[in-house]
Amino acid sequence: MTRLIVRRLLLGLLTLWLISLVVFAAMLALPGDAATAILGREATPERVAALRDQLNLEDSVVSQYLQWIGGVITGSFGESAATQQPVSELLSERVGNSLFLVFVASIVAIPLSIVIGVWLAMKRDKPVDHVGSTVSLILAALPEFVIGLGLVLLFATSVFQWFPAVSLLAPGERAWEAPEYVVLPAATLVLAVTPYISRIMRGSMVEVLESEYVTMARLKGLPERTVIWRHAVPNAIVPAIQVAALQLAWMAGGVVLVEYVFSYPGIGQLLVEAVANRDMLVVQAVVMLAAAVYVLMNLVADLATILVTPKLRTAAR
Amino acid sequence: MSGQAVDTAVGVGLEVPPSAGPGAPSLQKRAWLGILRNALRLGRTKIGVAIVLLLIAIALFGPLIAPHSPTAFIGVPNTGPSSDALFGTDALGRDVWSRFLNGGRSVLWMSVAATLLGVGLGVIIGLVAAYARNWLDDVLMRASDVVLAFPQIILALLAVSAIGSKLWLIVVVVAIGHVPRVARVIRAAAQEVVERDFVKAAEAVGEKRSRIVFGELLPNVTSPLLVELGLRMTYSIGLIAAVSFLGLGLQPPSSDWGLMINENRLSITVQAWAVVVPVIAIGLLTIGTNLITDGIARAAIGIDGRSNR
Repeated sequence: MTRLIVRRLLLGLLTLWLISLVVFAAMLALPGDAATAILGREATPERVAALRDQLNLEDSVVSQYLQWIGGVITGSFGESAATQQPVSELLSERVGNSLFLVFVASIVAIPLSIVIGVWLAMKRDKPVDHVGSTVSLILAALPEFVIGLGLVLLFATSVFQWFPAVSLLAPGERAWEAPEYVVLPAATLVLAVTPYISRIMRGSMVEVLESEYVTMARLKGLPERTVIWRHAVPNAIVPAIQVAALQLAWMAGGVVLVEYVFSYPGIGQLLVEAVANRDMLVVQAVVMLAAAVYVLMNLVADLATILVTPKLRTAAR
Repeated sequence: MSGQAVDTAVGVGLEVPPSAGPGAPSLQKRAWLGILRNALRLGRTKIGVAIVLLLIAIALFGPLIAPHSPTAFIGVPNTGPSSDALFGTDALGRDVWSRFLNGGRSVLWMSVAATLLGVGLGVIIGLVAAYARNWLDDVLMRASDVVLAFPQIILALLAVSAIGSKLWLIVVVVAIGHVPRVARVIRAAAQEVVERDFVKAAEAVGEKRSRIVFGELLPNVTSPLLVELGLRMTYSIGLIAAVSFLGLGLQPPSSDWGLMINENRLSITVQAWAVVVPVIAIGLLTIGTNLITDGIARAAIGIDGRSNR
């Protein structure tokens, strides 16, 4: 098992290295001179020269890559062309806000979807199960920005005015100091991932409920509550945890749109601004970060699978 | 939803086996017709088809019945519904209803193109990898890991930041995001088929490899292929609308549902219709395609629509 885990870790590192090549290649794909492409035509020759120097454009491509990746590893991503702030400073202001958003969304979404999955499995083929399956089909179809705008229309503008429509934090203020700004963005992410986790939980629970040991526990006369939460759920939860990890990975991309909908000051909004301004060093930094989180969460899902596989087998009928 | 990290089986909640039944491979050639016919018997598929047809009709014929030009300034910005403007005016004083009727074509053609390109390439790579069973399989799967490591929307933004907001680029980059996801599903389905006797027989007779891949394997992965088409269409619509919504897709003064939302989202408190109408259109379109996909997945594994397993 240790060998398998080490293998997965090495594969994760290899993937990250290949990703860094793709992200670096984006700079090479800029039309014409990279520094002029980033700064625009109106830029003064001094600024262009300074950026050329910062990007090491006079060196060979290999040397440019090595200097860039060296910076990435040591956490220095250069300077933003748009704001002339160090990229690492821009990131550190916003990473906390994004992580807080994802954290709030996941501590709500994961238990909620497990409870929903268990409940629907117990009501299998009853009307509520059909309603649940239809609702999750609809929610799974909707793009996250559509869900977010739906929540804004319902709870922030047209129908009720319970929450702010935009998350305008004061400069220097952190998201956890203004919880009312986090409610709707987090709710959007919750609605986006819950259908996926609860569907898997329901399916795996249906299977476990048909197993012999659950029948056995019932025949022993154990109360239904004990049968479900003590005997069935722990055996059914593994696939749900894997999917939950994959959904956390998905949020690395999902926050981009949700933050933009609510003008929430996180790295997703930073990325959209940077793409619009062609602020390449910021784009590269955020994309590397998102891909790293994504790879890491996929690794967690893999490790969870490896650690629990024997249990998975015994859960099969 | 959208750009999900999760594969097909989770997307629609069903495991789809390869479509090969006990019959001879030649009988499988029209399998997709049978699956679609069975899918259409399900209520959810019918609803999905009705929704999608309605929106396609709006996209195709809407421009013909629009009362105003989508770029004409017809009144004061952000006014509510009136006799002249069914859903009022947008943030620049253009007719929301006319812009809506004109705004469906771009998202539709781009999504269809991205889906066909992505699923087409994914199927070819998946089948080749499954049939190769050697270093080529390994190389293809490692390469797909790299693409899989980018959330799809972030891959799109990276490409747009480097090359610019070109429509062809958005189509291609969304398709590239689909390729490894489709290839994995098709590869898994085809791996079972590769071991069957009729493939061995075809090899023994000395059939060309390309004929085995496309003549013997392809007809036997029809069900996952159909499900992937539907699923990737749903995600394509979400992604392409999202890129325009971020202001990085179609550029003003185009009328496009995603761009309409972007242009009017700041005045949502004064004139909600300019956002509500395109949001509902995009939402309905994805719901419609997902209902069809779910119907196809159910038909492929022979669920009659009553049991919810």
